[in-house]
Amino acid sequence: MKKLFFITSSLFITYASYSQECESILKGFITDYHDKTPLNGATIQTLDGKITAISNSTGKFKITGLCDTTYIFEISHPKCSTTLVTISVSGLTEQEFKLEHHLEELEEVEVVGEVLFDQTNSAQEATLNTKSLEKFSSATLGDALKQISGVSSLNTGSNIVKPAIHGLNGSRVLILNDGVRMQDMEWGDEHAPNVDVNSAGSVTVVKGASALQYGGDAIGGVIVLAKNHIFKSDTIFGKTIINGVFNGRGGSINTELTKSFEKGWFITGQASYRRLGDQEAPDYILSNTGVKEFGGSLHFGKNALEWGWDANYTYYDAEIAILRASHIGNVDDLIRSINSGEPLVINNFTYDLQNPRQKVRHHLGKLKFYKRFEGIGKWDLQYDFQSNRRFEFDLRRGDRSDRASIDLELTTHTLSSNFKWDANKNLNLNSGLLGRYQDNFANPDTGVRRLIPDYNKYELGAYTIAEYRLGQNWVLDAGFRYDFTQIDAKKFYRISRWEERGYNEDFQDLVIEDRSDIGQLLVNPIFDYHNFSSSIGGKFSKDNTGNLRFNYALSQRAPNPAELFSDGLHHSAARIELGDLRLKSETSHKIALTKERDFTNWGFTIEPYANFINSFIILEPTGVEFTIRGAFPVWSYRQTNARLLGIDISSYINWNENITTNHKFALVKGNDLDLDIPLINIPSANFNNTISYQKPSWNNFEVSLNSSYVFRQNEFPPNIEVFSPNGGENILLAINTPPPAYHLLGIDSQLEFSLGGKTKLTSGLTINNILNTNYREYLNRQRYFADGLGTNIILQLKINY
Amino acid sequence: MKTIKHLSILLASGLLFFSCSDDDNGPDPVNEEEVITTLNITLTPVGGGTATTFTYQDLDADGPNPPVVSAPDLAGNTTYNATIEVLNETENPAEDITAEVAEEDDEHQFIFEITGSVASATATDQDGDGNPIGLSFDLATNTAGAGSLTVTLRHEPTKPNDGTLNGAGGETDIAASFNFVIQ
Repeated sequence: MKKLFFITSSLFITYASYSQECESILKGFITDYHDKTPLNGATIQTLDGKITAISNSTGKFKITGLCDTTYIFEISHPKCSTTLVTISVSGLTEQEFKLEHHLEELEEVEVVGEVLFDQTNSAQEATLNTKSLEKFSSATLGDALKQISGVSSLNTGSNIVKPAIHGLNGSRVLILNDGVRMQDMEWGDEHAPNVDVNSAGSVTVVKGASALQYGGDAIGGVIVLAKNHIFKSDTIFGKTIINGVFNGRGGSINTELTKSFEKGWFITGQASYRRLGDQEAPDYILSNTGVKEFGGSLHFGKNALEWGWDANYTYYDAEIAILRASHIGNVDDLIRSINSGEPLVINNFTYDLQNPRQKVRHHLGKLKFYKRFEGIGKWDLQYDFQSNRRFEFDLRRGDRSDRASIDLELTTHTLSSNFKWDANKNLNLNSGLLGRYQDNFANPDTGVRRLIPDYNKYELGAYTIAEYRLGQNWVLDAGFRYDFTQIDAKKFYRISRWEERGYNEDFQDLVIEDRSDIGQLLVNPIFDYHNFSSSIGGKFSKDNTGNLRFNYALSQRAPNPAELFSDGLHHSAARIELGDLRLKSETSHKIALTKERDFTNWGFTIEPYANFINSFIILEPTGVEFTIRGAFPVWSYRQTNARLLGIDISSYINWNENITTNHKFALVKGNDLDLDIPLINIPSANFNNTISYQKPSWNNFEVSLNSSYVFRQNEFPPNIEVFSPNGGENILLAINTPPPAYHLLGIDSQLEFSLGGKTKLTSGLTINNILNTNYREYLNRQRYFADGLGTNIILQLKINY
Repeated sequence: MKTIKHLSILLASGLLFFSCSDDDNGPDPVNEEEVITTLNITLTPVGGGTATTFTYQDLDADGPNPPVVSAPDLAGNTTYNATIEVLNETENPAEDITAEVAEEDDEHQFIFEITGSVASATATDQDGDGNPIGLSFDLATNTAGAGSLTVTLRHEPTKPNDGTLNGAGGETDIAASFNFVIQ
């Protein structure tokens, strides 16, 4: 997968044969140590020069006819120092070689040979390297991930971007930030991951629940943000990226600096700041859509062969204004907004972030220790701490605008340990244990009923994953995981709601305090969930021109606090959301197949999948309730059996030395099998084509034109009928009707300049939505109120030093 | 090995934190200050007579129970001086929201819509800019028949406006419809 994105020039593969009667094969993959970019044109040869191979544009090479013995190879690359590496070849040997690429002047460059390092053996995976992430330095993680076929997003405007994998998002997508599972209230539709895209060196998406080491409940998939590996050498390097963003009249700056030592000590500091004012649709200003974001991280530790440790602290703070026109009073206001065709509030441009707005901040601290036991394996021990605070400010009467309507604080402690037995060449075993404690506090001083109650959550997990090399061509994998979750909540229910839900019949024993004087009950639900997950699969690769992978993953996910407990009016959506205490864990069976093939000048990847989810938890409009504010659609959680079928296709063609095209298509269909209707919020099919021209001799000049066609989602659940007090009659609320198809064009270009020494300047120009097209995206929750962003021009300057 | 010692101390302190942070007492109920449960309209006939009161009451706010409406009969061909009272009855004693609306009168406006035998409903009060508020209004009836009055309180409307809901914009804080008989 990953190579599709990073094709840089023509593809050619050199085969080399050795004249003895040996049949072993060495397959290699040469990458930049820092950002995982494949290195093209590296020469691999024995000291006598009799065996030679050159890596192709995907960084791969293959040498056949080797004997089962130890070889010393010399690896050289125009931009790296020549290095020697010792490899013992046995049968089909695969090895990754990491070269220090962009520090050309270093006298000593260390090469580390490592077994190919994917997150899983057989699941569908794709990785974005540092270079691809840097293009999104002034955007969000969700925006960057959409480069990967099969990844979409659920947006609230353009600043709140929740990644979705194969049509699923929120609690079904795990985000691993430097080995720490993010606990940032991912249960909310309008809660984006509290992650700064600039803090990651590479991001890998596993499209499914197969990466069991990270969790068993990733029914959608796993997003793994990794830091760039820091090698053992006395050096100091860094980079600074400055972006000017035309739409929003702001920009961002990111800077990082790393100091490393020969003995394995290292320290890296990174900080970024982003500021935008009101953004603009083609025809009007999107009033109150500014953003202020700050991220920083400090990472230090010591890497040695035998043992090592590292500590990481990451801070994230964002204040995000939410489109003023999306704050509405009741269903009539919603009807008015839908019918109006343009936002009902359009003010002059401002940098001010007014209400409604969100303010979130996230602290993440991690401490990790590892030790290698010779001839056995590697042991890891990790403790991490996270504190997540979320404020949501609404338009309020009186002097309450400075008081948050939602004020939640989520604190998480996790202790985990992992042991990897990798001494056996054909069998790798990975086993781990995890304990987690979480405390959620909902501040009562808001003067607004709590959407999510106070709760404590306890989790225990254990897993074992095995990878077995069978013969020359097969690697099989199997894994099993068990998770125990207990949630212990204390929540006030209105007596009228308690009875309307029928809880007085099923859960009356949970009541711990009767507050009839204020019409409420204090309830203490304590629910236990036992979840099992497993994954089994295989990878077949005959030569280094492709492979075939299949994977079956079973995963179970316990309901999240929103699904269990939400009850109340959600102003930003003008809807009453009702959780359900009766929800059970959902169970997913996903089968995924990957066919990857590279020919001389082109290649493709086809990834079909089928996901059958029993007791799928779904939130959808179910009726209407009346209050003194008027009528509101009621959105309730229920469970059903669902089926998601989809396919991701990507391919590349190298037309000549300079011109490459990339093509991607993703389709997913979701159905509610019980009701025989389509599922809500399933991404539309989309087709993405890019033509790139590059000329290394002109200061590494690159330019690409991108076309993105998003089809209309024709499969959606039926709309609901509501009584409109203003109209005095029932009217159809077109709340599910998707907007039309749209087509956007974009341009991206860059030039590199050497500033002497190891300093390098890269300038980039990106234009999104060149034609200033009016469009609305089905998976944007603000599509009822306003168009998507108009033309945006981003100027980027990057200095590596 | 010194590092390992430091690390284990850090880890141990983490575990300590882990075990100490479970301090729960039961949560306190939220004092819901902004909720509106009740709209009362007192209609006093011009020239004397008994006052009539319309009530629109939703004691469980965004709970499942619908509002309870009371709209007694009105007399025909009569003009009433009407005043609006807005309450939060989830609190005890009930909180009077009327004053809050009056204080922010430039950010609020009641819009009146009428049908049937109601001749007119017109605000009689003004905010500092001379625009109508609607906390007091005059309601005039025609001859006998059915009539209805819909009272909508808009927060942050466009002011001045043409007196219609579309013209006013803003967000709805109250939407109360009364159907009654004019004798």
